[in-house]
Amino acid sequence: MNALDQIFVSTSHWLTGLTPASVQPLVSMALAIAGLMAVFGTCFAVATICERKILGRMQNRFGPNRVGPFGLFQPLADGVKMLIKEDIVPFSADHAVHFLAPLALTVPVWLAFAVLPFGRNMSAIDLDAGILFFFAIGSASELAVFMAGWSSQNKYALLGAMRAIAQMISYEVPLVLASIPVLMAAGSLSLPAIVQAQNGAVMGGLPRWNVFTPWGLAGFGLFMIAAAAESNRCPFDLPEGESELIAGFLTEYSGFKYALFFLGEYLGLFAVTGLAVTLFLGGWQAPAAALEWLPSWCWFAVKFSALIFLFIWVRATLPRLRLDQLLNFAWKFLVPLALVNLVVAVVWWQSGAWRFPGALELRWLFGAGLLAGPYLWLGRALKGGKPAPHQYRYAE
Amino acid sequence: MLNEIAFYLIAAVTLACAVAAMALRQLVHCALCAAAAFAGLAMLYLQLDAEFVGFAQLLVYVGAIAILIVFAVLLTRADEIIPGSRQSSPSSLMGIAAALLVLSGIALPVLSSPSLHRLPVTTAAAPVKLIGVELMTRYVLPLEMAGILLTAALLGAVVIAMREEPETKLDPRPPAPRRAETGEVVSLP
Repeated sequence: MNALDQIFVSTSHWLTGLTPASVQPLVSMALAIAGLMAVFGTCFAVATICERKILGRMQNRFGPNRVGPFGLFQPLADGVKMLIKEDIVPFSADHAVHFLAPLALTVPVWLAFAVLPFGRNMSAIDLDAGILFFFAIGSASELAVFMAGWSSQNKYALLGAMRAIAQMISYEVPLVLASIPVLMAAGSLSLPAIVQAQNGAVMGGLPRWNVFTPWGLAGFGLFMIAAAAESNRCPFDLPEGESELIAGFLTEYSGFKYALFFLGEYLGLFAVTGLAVTLFLGGWQAPAAALEWLPSWCWFAVKFSALIFLFIWVRATLPRLRLDQLLNFAWKFLVPLALVNLVVAVVWWQSGAWRFPGALELRWLFGAGLLAGPYLWLGRALKGGKPAPHQYRYAE
Repeated sequence: MLNEIAFYLIAAVTLACAVAAMALRQLVHCALCAAAAFAGLAMLYLQLDAEFVGFAQLLVYVGAIAILIVFAVLLTRADEIIPGSRQSSPSSLMGIAAALLVLSGIALPVLSSPSLHRLPVTTAAAPVKLIGVELMTRYVLPLEMAGILLTAALLGAVVIAMREEPETKLDPRPPAPRRAETGEVVSLP
């Protein structure tokens, strides 16, 4: 069991050992990078076909079913199509920036995978400030989106980029705020340490995952909503809302550059999902000691796939938001709730020493009550009133 | 060896980006180059094992300030630079003089301070945890003050940006007749 659990680590050690000592650090780095790119590149291909199949299923249609058995080779066909498509650059576009934008989006997203622990001893680098690195790298993608939108010299592209930046900046706040209680609970910014802090089980036989506490549950919900918005997923996909903006900042991209954006978007989703698994679902840990015969990376994959499925499900279910609803939702609902959640977390820890019967229920009740009030109040405030009549300043 | 190559690479790219940020004509290009220079600085911090400062630099400068600059450039309609016009002006000499003055003002105390003669620190840089503990205990008051200042600035910005509610209700008439009144050509469907 242990051999299977550490198979990737030991294989990497073995391969590194074959090379001369002077290049060993480089080889081990290259192996980690190659492994990550291979696994998540494949994940990208699988996720596209899964998403289209599941969406088809939920919308009562077949989905892609022409290429290969059950349409399973569709990603391959898509890849070939993207590669051989003509790369069209608009005449008035800013060529250098237009060329660099897809790279500027994709490279940081790949970097984000470096700190995620995918299994026991399986993170490419264990940074002391891992989660800070994750968010710092993530913030670089906003600039890439701007580069794409501005360099296209197309008003739809620029509008899409503006929307995307407004959305990403707004939802970064609840994303970070929702993960702060987890950092406080673990007492560390390093992601492997956060996983380690969720080790073991609490009294009821539940694993000690953060999601099984009142603040963890609320934080998980907030985090997932903000994550969907960060990665421009439906119902927050209005930066490229094709019914209003053609394709937003992607309008003037074709061929492989478009594919790179697509890849960057999916990889961003994967990275933030991996972070959600790490922060709230106990990372690579099995839910119970009896289930540890399955390797740790398998558990990570199971939780990861479940969350990706959740995202696809949400996409099939919910309609797209309007821009003002989107921003109001972030600033007037998610951010205050995330702040209240901090208080809930502190109350939970302060009452951790209670030992009388029913203490756990009381603590849960208290946390839920503390959250329910603002939830209802803020939700009501959000719902009320029609949007202000639209004033067009330039297009009347 | 590897470390030195990395340092010279990063330093060269950072300097090149910083020069480009001042020398390029298109303002958005300048802003993007400035963002790249910020990122290069973050790399240099990271090379000095200052993880927290490096990531904070990336988060704040590339993630927020670069975006702010870019928005400012886009929203203030810059006049087109006439091709062939000279980019430098007589006041650039004054600028250079002022920059040299500031540089010497910073450099002289640094050069005369004893910190240069100290031996290089051999222990690892401060871990993030230590920074956090220090911020929350010894430097908690400055931290809180900075927080209050930033919150006040945020509120002030909102107050300035918020437009006052108009006294009168919006004109209920549809816009088309109004255009006809002003004598513009209206194409009715």
